[in-house]
Parts: sequence; C-alpha cells; structure tokens
Amino acid sequence: MITAASATIAAEGESFHAPGPSIFDLPPVFEIAGFGVTKPMLQLVIAAIVVFGLLYAASRSRQLVPGRMQFAGEGAYNFVRNSVARDIIGSRDFQKFVPYLVALFFFILVNNLFASIPFFQFPTFSRAGMAYALAGMSWLIYNGVGMAKHGVIGYLKLQSVPSGVSPFMYPLLVPLEFFSNILVRPVTLALRLFCNMFAGHILLVLFATGGLYLIEHVGGIGYVAGPLAWVLAILVSFLEILVQFLQAYVFVLLNAMYIQGALADEH
Amino acid sequence: MKSLVILAAAEGEEHNPLVPLWEEVAIALVVFGILFFAIKKFVAPNFEKTFAERSAAIEGGIAAAESKQAEADAKLAELEQQLSEARHEAARIREEAREQGAQIVAEMREQAQAEAARIVEHGKAQIEAERQQAVTSLRAEVGTLATGLAGRIVGESLEDEARQSRVVERFLADLETANASDAGKDA
Repeated sequence: MITAASATIAAEGESFHAPGPSIFDLPPVFEIAGFGVTKPMLQLVIAAIVVFGLLYAASRSRQLVPGRMQFAGEGAYNFVRNSVARDIIGSRDFQKFVPYLVALFFFILVNNLFASIPFFQFPTFSRAGMAYALAGMSWLIYNGVGMAKHGVIGYLKLQSVPSGVSPFMYPLLVPLEFFSNILVRPVTLALRLFCNMFAGHILLVLFATGGLYLIEHVGGIGYVAGPLAWVLAILVSFLEILVQFLQAYVFVLLNAMYIQGALADEH
Repeated sequence: MKSLVILAAAEGEEHNPLVPLWEEVAIALVVFGILFFAIKKFVAPNFEKTFAERSAAIEGGIAAAESKQAEADAKLAELEQQLSEARHEAARIREEAREQGAQIVAEMREQAQAEAARIVEHGKAQIEAERQQAVTSLRAEVGTLATGLAGRIVGESLEDEARQSRVVERFLADLETANASDAGKDA
C-alpha cells in the first residue's frame, strides 16, 4: 500500500502529495455477490479467529500445573479478568462480564497490532464504522446493565442526579451529567480509538512516502533526510505498538468503569 | 464501498473518514458477536474451571496437611499419656514393693521375737523344773542327813571340842561330796 501510494506520487511528478484520508479507502480484495470485501473486513475475521484460536488452545488442556501455552493464556485471560474486570467492577458482579471484556480487549488489541504486522500493516479501527460499532455496543451494554438493575427511571436518576449536591444546583448539573454520562461516552470511546489508529497510520505513511520522495526527487540533502525519515518511521512504529496496546486497554478499562458506574448503588 | 472509492477517485473528492459505512459497522458487530459467544462458551468456562480446580486442589492439600498434623498431635498426646500412665504404674508398683518389704521385715522381726521369747520361756521353765527337782531331792536328803548327823553327834557323845569339830568337818565334806555327786548326776 505504501508502494502504491509512492507510485502515485512518482507518477504525478515533482510535487509531493501528503497522504490524506483517501489512503484508508481501500478497494475490495474480492467480491461476494456484489458485496466488496475489503482488507479491514478480512482483518476483523482473522483477528477473531486468532484470538479465539489462541485462547481456546490455551484453555482446553485445563492442567492444574499449566504448560507453557496454558500459562501464557491464563496470564492473558487473568490480566483482563483480575486487573480490569475484578478490580473495577468488584468481586461481586464481575464474573459475568469477564467473557465480554476478554473478547473485547484481545479483539481490539489484535486488530490494532495489525497496523504493525507485516503484510497486514493496516489498523482495522482506522475505519470509523468499525470503531463506532464497538463503541455503540459498549453503550448499549452499560446502559442495558444499569437499566436492568435499577429500572429505566432509577438508572437515569443514578446517572444524571449527583448525590450530595444541593437541589438548587440540579437545573445546572442534571443536564450536564446526563450529557456526559449518557451521550458523550460512546462518542469519546469511538473517536479515541479511531483517531489514534487513523493518526498513527497516516503518520507512518507520511514518514515512509516522504522519505522516498526526498530520496527520489529532492537529491542532495534529500539523500540524508530521506533515510532519516525512515529511521523516524521505525521509531514511530515502536511508539505505535505502545499506542495500539494502550488503546485496547483504555477501551476495555472504560467499558469496565462504565459498567461499574451503571451497577453502583450510589453515584 | 467500491462505488464510493471509485467516485472519490473519479471526482478527486475524498470520502470523509468520520462517516461510517454501514457494512463495516455490521461486519464488526457480527464478527465481535461471534467471537464473544465463542469465548463465553468455550474459553471462559475452561479457564474458570481450571482456576476453581486449582484453588480447590491447593485448599484440599492444605486441609489434608492440617488433618495429618492434627492426627500426629493426637497420637503424640496419646503416647505421652501412655508414658505418664506407665510412670505412675511403675511408681505405684515400687511403692507397693516397698510396703510389702517393710511388712515382711516387720513380720519376720515379730516371728523372731516370738521365737526368742518362746526359747527364753522354755529355758526358764526348764530351770524352774530342775530347781524344783533339786529342792525336792534336797528336802528329802536334808532330813536324812540331819538325822544321820544328829545320830553321829549323839554317838560320839561329843567328848571334846576337837572331836566335835572333826565330826562337823567330816559331815560337811560328806555333804559336799554328796552334793557334787548329786550335781554330776543331775547334769
């Protein structure tokens, strides 16, 4: 894809076109009955297969003294189970959310890591629709959990009316709380994931294509600056791997916090 | 999707990246949904069961060790009790033996004293009997002797002092020899 982008630049001649949002609009890899299957869609499926395959392979032996594979799987599973689900939701209710949070974390993590894995090199959630899907689902889940526990009115009151505040402040605070707890959360959840993946990828493409342009078309100082841009691209790649992990972690962490807030007895 | 890309390429317009494509939303939800149910059904129960079994095994091991410890403690206490009982028993036996020994000694002493008393009594009785016999025989002899002496004194007619004393001397010598022969007979 980088080579494709650089080829267009080379074809266009002297002026450098910085990579824009259009680099995320990939043509379909193949079509099924007129429905174009694109690379990020394939990545979603592959990620799901990889996540399930690894976790299932690790979990199926069920040894009391785990082997290497099972030990790694238990470590991964327990990372989400204990340090996210149990620590945040609390040991009373966390158990039924563990499969959801585990699936969510590893699904997002693998899809994010695709941005740095050779031959994939495309972050799935740089497609906004996919990030919206997970954020919308999170929104439905935490609100649904809260309403199931407190009832619709009780839940809206829990989320909108802050306790320990004088009723004179309600006209100001209730709309604000409702806005931040009910309306803004899914948007920030989706945009945080989407924008990080989008920006990281565009930054990498910029360094890669820019370096190539410097070497091919500028000459002189370009022979120094071009390779330097590539070195920076490598460094940025490492930073991106960290961001990819962090975004998956933050997404799941916030999910757990929203669920905990919806289940809480008091605001 | 494809039409959008082509459109964008043709018109030089770019698809706003914030505007979602419905098929991407749908496929993300479907794929994640399948993954969620697969993990809920196949992965999480396995892990949870393993954790439960593991903690049960560890707790079971601890419980087994505790019961073993309790058993050992009970056995130790039992042995100590048996030991102290045995000590008591030994002390009691020793005490009994001492008492018995003392009793035996006392009995023996009593017996010996009784025997000694009996011997002494016997000796005394014998001496008394002999004395009685001696007295009886003496009484009989004294009469005869006195009669004999008186006869002799009267027979000599008591002429002179010297004769008189001679007679007495002879009588006494006779008496002594008779006594000595008597004593020799008795012994």
